[in-house]
Amino acid sequence: MNTHRNRMRIAAGALAVGLAACGLYAVAQPAEQVIKISAKKFTYTPNQIKLKKGVPVILELTSEDVVMGLKIPDLKARADILPGQVTRLRIVPTKAGTLAFLCDIFCGSGHEDMTGAFIVEE
Amino acid sequence: MKLPIDRRQFLKLAGLGGVVFASSLARNVGAAVADDFYFVQLSDTHWGFEGPPNPDAKVTLPKTVATVNALKDAPDFIMFTGDLTHTTDDPKERRQRLAEFKKIVADLKVKNVHFMPGEHDASLDRGEAFQEYFGKTHYTFDHKGVHFIVIDNVSDPTGAIGDEQMDWLRTDLAKQKPDANIVVFTHRPLFDLAPEWDWATRDGAKALELLLPHANVTVFYGHIHQEHHYMTGHIAHHAAKGLMFALPVAKSQPKRTPLPWDPAHPYAGLGFRDVEAEGPAKFEINELPVVKAS
Repeated sequence: MNTHRNRMRIAAGALAVGLAACGLYAVAQPAEQVIKISAKKFTYTPNQIKLKKGVPVILELTSEDVVMGLKIPDLKARADILPGQVTRLRIVPTKAGTLAFLCDIFCGSGHEDMTGAFIVEE
Repeated sequence: MKLPIDRRQFLKLAGLGGVVFASSLARNVGAAVADDFYFVQLSDTHWGFEGPPNPDAKVTLPKTVATVNALKDAPDFIMFTGDLTHTTDDPKERRQRLAEFKKIVADLKVKNVHFMPGEHDASLDRGEAFQEYFGKTHYTFDHKGVHFIVIDNVSDPTGAIGDEQMDWLRTDLAKQKPDANIVVFTHRPLFDLAPEWDWATRDGAKALELLLPHANVTVFYGHIHQEHHYMTGHIAHHAAKGLMFALPVAKSQPKRTPLPWDPAHPYAGLGFRDVEAEGPAKFEINELPVVKAS
């Protein structure tokens, strides 16, 4: 009986080592950070957001009024933000510095001012 | 291939590539030049705008109309490349501004006038109000051997041309000879001038791909409120000055806020242009001020 349990423990340990080696042992990985950004004419809240270089984040985007966009040209990433829905956009800042974002769906007289930035630190 | 070019480089390219671009020695600033025809491009009049960047907002457009009417030789036609009005959330006010704009430009002596929308005119109602006053937002016309294509990249608020119009463009281009002299008018740039400032067309690359097989294509556009010249392959892109407020050079400052009005130099940075057609993909551009110097 004890021998059988020991074999089971050894097998489980070996499987865990094998999965970890393959990068598949995700249970122990920390969940990706979620950042909520709310859009409304003609601002994002927040509009200055600190990120860490190389660390993925998930943006949860909502709109309080009309259809908006959020575009990050340097990452070639964008999403539509529809009122009443949560839009998720996963990004990975690959270099330190300022990553500008903007609304790329014309939303009215302050559309041109609807911008923000990710401040990416090493 | 995309090449950022300045004015001097462009002139050099012009000599090599058969594109002529000049700011002097043209018909409306000097001696008359023998030519085929010329047209006037007016852009970004933003009728209805109010604010410090233009304390003369109510008279800038009427003054421009007067200046165009006073040109030494009348152009064959006039093209407005969008943002005729400044945007408003109120559909009634939008129509009011379009109506006022139409009434003012009705004073132009030249009656062959073409219009297209900018995002301020059309993006909030997908061009509905614009079409009530000015008709189609994309169309073609031919004039003295030149095929003009007006592409709407603003009625879709995402700043895209869209599949349906792209098919229309493809069909139209298929009817043109490979060496046809083609001029494209758009509001937004078809290439990625500054995506950070929304100075781009989402599917502009697809349109350029359709245009590229044609040997003689020239694009005139607005949107960026300043003169700008750029080549994508053999296609020249010429942005026009605005007629309400000037905008900064792309990415030269954190935000694309209008440049301040200079009381010592009213209308500085504003203006329009005449464009002389001199042969396939050969256009002489002459920048003109809102008010002619006395």
